[in-house]
This record gives sequence, C-alpha cells and structure tokens, in this order.
Amino acid sequence: MSTLVLLLFTGLGLGALYFLVAAGLSLIYGLMGVLNFAHGAFLTLGAFAGWEIARRTGSDDWGTFLLSLLVGAAAGAAFAAFTEFVLIRRLYQRHIEQLLITVGLSLAAVALFDGIWGTDPVFIQGPAWFKDTTEILGARVPNDRFVCIVAAVLVLLAMVFFLKNTRYGMIIRAGVENRSMVTALGIDVRKAFTLVFTIGGAAAGLGGVLASHYFGYVSPMLGGSLLIFAFIVTVIGGLGSLTGAAIAAVAVAVLQQFANFYLGGTGDFVVVLALALVLLFRPSGLLGRTS
Amino acid sequence: MTAAAEARPILRIEGLNAHIAGQQVVEDVSFSVPATGITALLGRNGVGKTSTIKAIIGLIDRTGAVELGGVRIEKEPTFKIIRSGVGYVPEDREVFSKLTVAENLRLAERDDAPRRQLVEELFPDLLARSAQMAGTLSGGQQQMVSLARALLNTNKILLVDEPTKGLAPKIVAEVAETLAEAAKTVPILLVEQNLHVVRQLAEGAVVLSGGRVVHTGSALEFLDDAELTQRLLGVSAETPAGERTAGEKTAREISGKGAAL
Repeated sequence: MSTLVLLLFTGLGLGALYFLVAAGLSLIYGLMGVLNFAHGAFLTLGAFAGWEIARRTGSDDWGTFLLSLLVGAAAGAAFAAFTEFVLIRRLYQRHIEQLLITVGLSLAAVALFDGIWGTDPVFIQGPAWFKDTTEILGARVPNDRFVCIVAAVLVLLAMVFFLKNTRYGMIIRAGVENRSMVTALGIDVRKAFTLVFTIGGAAAGLGGVLASHYFGYVSPMLGGSLLIFAFIVTVIGGLGSLTGAAIAAVAVAVLQQFANFYLGGTGDFVVVLALALVLLFRPSGLLGRTS
Repeated sequence: MTAAAEARPILRIEGLNAHIAGQQVVEDVSFSVPATGITALLGRNGVGKTSTIKAIIGLIDRTGAVELGGVRIEKEPTFKIIRSGVGYVPEDREVFSKLTVAENLRLAERDDAPRRQLVEELFPDLLARSAQMAGTLSGGQQQMVSLARALLNTNKILLVDEPTKGLAPKIVAEVAETLAEAAKTVPILLVEQNLHVVRQLAEGAVVLSGGRVVHTGSALEFLDDAELTQRLLGVSAETPAGERTAGEKTAREISGKGAAL
C-alpha cells in the first residue's frame, strides 16, 4: 500500500511539472497553430534564473525559494514574449518556418546555456522542509512533491480564472476555437498571441524552478527532457484544452511511475504506447476539438 | 443622408482577385454597393460568392482595390477593416460554440456604446439564453447570435453570407425581417441562395459566374428574367413580380414594423 501511495504522489509531482510545460504548449498550439519546440528553453532559463537567485543570495530559505519562483516565471515569460514578438510573429501562418525556427531556437538556447552555465548539472538546495518526508498511509512522501502539486493546482486555477473572467481570456478561448472569426469581429488577435506565449513562458519558467528542486539539479538539457513528455501530454489531453492538459499530465506521469516500478522500467515505452493508442482511436485527444 | 451621398457607393471593388491554397477563386471582380438598401450577390454554388465576401475583408489572400466610404482598405488587416465599419455575418454562422451566448455578444462589442438594447429587442430569445453555450443552440438561434454580433455595432455596411441556409421556413422569415429592419439604416451586401428572400429584400443584384461578375442591375428585373436566371443560377425565380404569396413582403413593406435600428 505504501508503495502505491509513494508512486502516486511521485507521479502527481511529476505530472505537475508536465502540466506547467504542457499548459503553455497546448494554448499556443490551440490559438496559433504553432508547435513550439523552444518551450523547453523557457523552462531551462527559468530554472537557471531561480538557481542564480539561490546562488547569489547564498540562502536556501523559503523567502529565497519564493523569490526564485517569481524570477524564474518572469525569465520564462520574458523569453517567451521575446520569441513570439521577434521571431514567431513575422512567420504568421507559415507553420513550417515557425517549426524550424523554434527547433533552431531550442538548439541555440541549449548552446547558450552551455556557454553561460557549463554543460554539467548544477545542484540546488531548497528549504530544509523539502528534504523531509510526510507520512501518508505508511508511505514517506518527499515534501517537494507537494510543493509541485500545490503550485500546479494554483497555476491551473489562475489560468482558468483568467480564461473565464477576463476579456483577453475570452478572446483566447474564442481564438482557440476559430481564430479567423475572432479577427472578423474586429479584434487584433496578435495581442492575444503575445499574451498566450507570455503566460505559457511564465508557467514553464515556474515549472523550471520547481523541476530543479524535484530533480535536485539544473542542466541545459532539463527543458528538453521534460518537453518530450509535455508534448505527449498536450496531444493526449487535446490540443488547445487546458483541462485536457491537466488530466493528461496526471495520467501520463502516474502511468509512467507505475510502469517504471511494476513493469521493469518501461515507463517511457508505456507512455508512448498510450500516445499511439490515443492517436489511433481518439486523435483529437481527451478534450480536444473534434474537427 | 443627402441624395449625393446616397448616389455614391459605400463599397467599391475593382479588379478583385483572390486565391485559396494557390487556386484562384475570385477573378477580376468589379462592382459597387450603393449606400442604401440591400444588394444581393448571386450565383451558382462554388462561383466565388463567399470567397468574394472573405476577400473584401481580407480573410483570404487577394489583390485589387477595395474602397469603403471612399477610403482604400485593401492594405489593412482584417481587424482594422472590421473596425472601420464592416459588420460580417459569415456563412454557417461561426458562433463560438464553447462560449456562452452572452460571451459571443460581448466579444463582438467594439463600439464604446454597443447597441445592446436594440439586440435585446430584436432577439429576446437570446436574452433568455444568455448563459447557454452557443454550440447547444439550434441553427436558427445561432443565426440570431451571428446577426446580433454584427448589429451590436454601428456599421457602414453589413456583409451577410447565406443567412437563411439550412433554416426552417419560419426562421427564414424572421431572418428576412431582421435584415429588412437593418437595411433601413445600413446598406447590406447579401449572399443568398433563397431567391424568395432575394426577391423580398434586394434592390440590386450582382451575379457571379466562374469567379467573375457576369450581370449587375435591379434584383427584381433579374429575377423576373426566367431565361437569365436559368442560365446564370441554374434555377428560375419561382414567384414572378406581382404574384407574391401572402407571406412574402418586400423590404419596404417589412420595414414598417419591428424595432427601429
């Protein structure tokens, strides 16, 4: 029983990280049709920015951790807004070129991070409470899992509130459904593009700081390794669906953890198999558009 | 409006060409829409009527001159063309199915003082359904949402694409009545397959064939020419002038009642 609980919470923690990356990916694709391969770079920059805060303050208390979350989110948001405004906007509706430039940017960003912070992982310390465990039904669950889960839930609630209760949220929901009709109502949808990139980048940057504490290190490849699974989550959840991304993130991560433990380390294989099954039998994903 | 202003067309299109996925769908189209009344854009299926409407507002790639109220707009992006005073009611309604009726309408508000009261008077059913997801409405109700979105704002012209498509006869009559009311204050370019509705509403007609303009003139005269309608539309207008059924009214007759626009 304790093993099941531990696997479940470990999966939920990992799912929280997948969601923080997948949320932006899903909204960006849903609204703009851009498969953003540079999204992992937003996460990595956020992680390094958070690590820099901890290093420069020389502190690992809660205040430093919260500041690193803010700075990580801001770094991811700024990088994402820059990417949309300078690179993507000029390639509007040229999807192949957009794809190529995001792939190129992801490679260039890793090279840049290598140059600045080196190729080896740098290790990070959080508040002492992170290293402790909490006993739940006999399982000793590492506390950093709860931090990831709570952060992801708060981000999900904030995004849902924004999408449901603001005019820009309404524009984004409408644009995900029918972008050209939003334009045909006299709305400059390009502002929504920048906003969605910025929000997605902020979530990824936040995810980067949390991922660095979940794994205990930051490396230039951190974003890329999470991006693959975030793409799988995005497709399974349904492109453009925030709720779908949340459900799929939890499902994929928990499935991955259980398969790794009970099926001889086949977690990645099982996740890809799940992706194949979704593409074959429900190509629009769990909550995606049917057209 | 002065007689001189009325004589000047509100919309002038010159040498319009449009392409979708590399294929030419509108070829050297030129016509004008008067500053009053309803002008029907007619033609068989697939001749480029919807593409012409979309090309006017830049929803598809196009070349040529488009002039709205004497101002060239063809270089402007779609959202600016709309903001300059174009109301667009697309084919197949294109309401946002996952947004509520109220959200669909709020999204369309671009004026400082949107005409909510007018829309509520014209479409009281929508008020009652404001919290309902637009995707769960009937086709007729969705058409009302689509029309309401355009009527919320003050426009120089309405571009209305097949508003009666797939609707029950009773709803067709309601849509026609709404358009007739709207036409009292704003000119309309109307794409319509239902020739009864065209006969009821339209004063002028522009007929397309193969992506080109092949006829312009009075709508009634065109519809009364059985040979011409058969040749250009593949059908003949079933009800000649002077033999309208009791349910059919002209735009002028209809405009005597309903909410003032």
